[in-house]
Amino acid sequence: MEETTQVRTAAVELSDLDTLEAESIHVIREVVAEFEHPVMLFSGGKDSVLMLHLARKAFAPAPVPFPIMHVDTGHNFPEVIEFRDRVVAEHGLRLEVASVQELIDSGRIKVGHELESRNRHQTVALLEAIQGGGYDAVFGGGRRDEDKARAKERVLSFRDKFGQWDPKNQRPELWRLYNGRHRKGEHIRVFPISDWTELDVWRYLAREQVDLPPIYFAHEREVVEVEGLLMAVNEFFPLPDGAEVSRVTVRYRTVGDATATGAVRSAAVDYEAVIEETAVSRITERGATRGDDRFSEAAMEDRKKEGYF
Amino acid sequence: MSELLRIATAGSVDDGKSTLIGRLLHDTKSIFEDQLESIERTSEKRGDEQTDLALLTDGLRAEREQGITIDVAHRYFATPRRKFVIADTPGHIQYTRNMVTGASTANLALLLVDARKGVLEQTRRHALLSSLLRVPHLVLCVNKMDLVDYEEAIYDEIREEFTAFAAKLEITDLGFVPISALGGDNVVERSANMPWFDGQPLLGQLEDVHIASDRNLLDNRLAVQTVIRPMSAEHPDYRGYAGSVVGGIFKQGDEVMVLPSRRVSTINRIDTPNGAVAQAFPPMAVTMLLEDELDVSRGDMLCRPSNQPTASNRFEATICWFDETSSLRTGAPYQLKHTTRWISAEVEALRYRLDVDTLHRDLDVETLEVNDIGRVSLHTTSPLFFDEYRMNRSTGSFILVDPATDLTVAAGMIIGAGSEPAAAVADPAIAANITFHPSHLSREERWQALGAGGATIWMTGLSGSGKSTIATAVEHTLVSSGRPAYMLDGDNLRHGLNAGLGFSEADRAENVRRTGEVAKVLAEAGVVAIASLVSPYQAARDRVRAAHEEAEIPFYEVHVDTPLEECERRDPKGLYEKARSGEITDLTGVGSPYEAPSDPELRIDAGLEDAVRQILALLD
Repeated sequence: MEETTQVRTAAVELSDLDTLEAESIHVIREVVAEFEHPVMLFSGGKDSVLMLHLARKAFAPAPVPFPIMHVDTGHNFPEVIEFRDRVVAEHGLRLEVASVQELIDSGRIKVGHELESRNRHQTVALLEAIQGGGYDAVFGGGRRDEDKARAKERVLSFRDKFGQWDPKNQRPELWRLYNGRHRKGEHIRVFPISDWTELDVWRYLAREQVDLPPIYFAHEREVVEVEGLLMAVNEFFPLPDGAEVSRVTVRYRTVGDATATGAVRSAAVDYEAVIEETAVSRITERGATRGDDRFSEAAMEDRKKEGYF
Repeated sequence: MSELLRIATAGSVDDGKSTLIGRLLHDTKSIFEDQLESIERTSEKRGDEQTDLALLTDGLRAEREQGITIDVAHRYFATPRRKFVIADTPGHIQYTRNMVTGASTANLALLLVDARKGVLEQTRRHALLSSLLRVPHLVLCVNKMDLVDYEEAIYDEIREEFTAFAAKLEITDLGFVPISALGGDNVVERSANMPWFDGQPLLGQLEDVHIASDRNLLDNRLAVQTVIRPMSAEHPDYRGYAGSVVGGIFKQGDEVMVLPSRRVSTINRIDTPNGAVAQAFPPMAVTMLLEDELDVSRGDMLCRPSNQPTASNRFEATICWFDETSSLRTGAPYQLKHTTRWISAEVEALRYRLDVDTLHRDLDVETLEVNDIGRVSLHTTSPLFFDEYRMNRSTGSFILVDPATDLTVAAGMIIGAGSEPAAAVADPAIAANITFHPSHLSREERWQALGAGGATIWMTGLSGSGKSTIATAVEHTLVSSGRPAYMLDGDNLRHGLNAGLGFSEADRAENVRRTGEVAKVLAEAGVVAIASLVSPYQAARDRVRAAHEEAEIPFYEVHVDTPLEECERRDPKGLYEKARSGEITDLTGVGSPYEAPSDPELRIDAGLEDAVRQILALLD
């Protein structure tokens, strides 16, 4: 305690990262205090890792007072699932898995073919799990810098009983006075890291030395280049006809459905190197790695309206 | 250290705001290539002559198609010195509420005018809203300088006009910059086209503006969000009050008071996300641990015992109406959120609507509609602990929610506690709504330090009876002997505290009430207050006595019982003569009654020396 004390007494100013941290914790505490059944989405991706880290800090030394939910497409990177289970065990969390595969197996989701991207189908699994669990607040790791549609999202975002977002009918959000009032069956999506950029996330995770799935750092992998994306060749992404496999040193900037998430060439093996690359990167993380978001100018807007996170 | 700066932008539809933001993002390398390519394609499809940087910020499909901006959008860029968050709000008239939303958290407002058009109504409206929301800094960008041949005179004219207008508002820090967003002149780099401009380019101004002092670091305020009690084997007794510091600097070892219970304890420890600290300041999120086990819960506020927020369930506020589907209903129930509390509230009265273009106050108004701004008085079911919005944007702000729809219908800024006329304060219905701030020092401690206790000697009697002469002598004797004393002279008080009060029965009663209150405060402080007032009405004097008895402060009523004939013979101020000649009508004893005390502590009808001795004897 004494050490920190000495560092902090000098000035009464907070750095940008400390400010973001404080603001996010404020939001998380507000929601936990006002809602009956919050749940936090956790994919093992860096944004959800950050969000969980902030939630742990918000209530320390007490445990995180809500369960986490993984919307599992069934198309996973094994390293991410391992990581997820390790985090759950380490921090004594309650994990709920909303399985897309189960919905496909029971016929409630129809798929064209087994290996198509399941990002869209996550919406169905998510909404069913929210309804089934009676959750009234769902924390998501969305950031406003990710996409133009997300730039207009509130920190607390109202969803009707069909889980849908109405961008023209959002509640005004002033000061830090959040209005999370809702009726039975409706819920609120909460985006505590709305104001963080990709670079902020990396700088903060590095500062805190937070553990991430290993695929976020440079490693060798068999990939194939498809429409400008470096796709890992595995059970979910079989080698397309005539394509050539090459062994490349890559890392992932985002973690999503393994059939739709591409890697980028990188030699960044640690946080410092990733930050350096991120600071000079000229392509958005979604543009660089997500086949589904590149589809159209309004791809994210349409999916958000349907209830996507 | 890199800081976070929040900017609210506003401007008319065509003055190039989106282009400017696009330019800031582009020139600080905050735009990614794929974003740029995407808007290049769209621009091409639309047949634009050059890539429209505005497309970067128009997020939703309807906006892109109609070429308008619907809602508040957030943009991010950073330089090595600062991280910037832009709340980009559309400028059309119907979107006052969006501007208010963006401005609520902004450190700086960025306003744009078109150099060809100059200061428009909308510019004035946005400046007014920024000042209303207390955005501490404002920068006016005179854009499209390329279209006026970079003419210095045009910039100067706009600058002068706006400065003159801004003088009418409460804008403390005002900056100007002539730019061309399209060409990037004076946005990030200094413009070669405007060598006459000796100020900084926009980005430099945004990086330099000093924001650390905008916070209130004097009035300690923390609203409790939640109580952290792990009750685990490792932390069996941990009990922390989690919340964000919104004012002042809390230090370990400081005394704190918890509202509304007013219990006092000491800060044992301040936990933060990064360990314990010696002091906490805005906007830190902390967990406070106190020495004593108090009953503290969400919605409670921590402050200093000697510096408390105002506590009242009636207050005045400026509100902006947000809801399109309903208008303000006075007397109807709303849910009010203030700090971390929800409370039932009603708008008791709509005082006026403010015309944001003319600053005219429309008193003849029944309701407020979407985008209207007005002054209201509010009543809550239990007292709110607030500061004026101008002193603290966190403890001075609130939102109203319609319980029927759950929508946020209005945002409010507190002006102060209910502003009833002073005389009405005696009204028990209102007095019940004003909570007292107990001082931390006890009376005993104060009196002990002085070596003597305070008391009030209330001298009543006709004009010319000798009250003031006796009072002066008593005061002199006490002070000479080292005992603090102070004479409150009725005539003297009428020049200041009681200026504006006349001689009607009601005004005389109020005169007595005020003087009685001042005497009580002096006595509380350890002074012997000697009030010298005609105070002709028994009921008014009895109220002063009752107030003293309630506060347990000695009160001695002294009747200077000099007969009217003798007073009239002395007539030191010539009042009786004027009264008899009809020049004044309501002199006590002549045109106005004097009710002699029925049971005073002392009745004086002797000479000065005896009178002083008798009064001093009362105090022993």
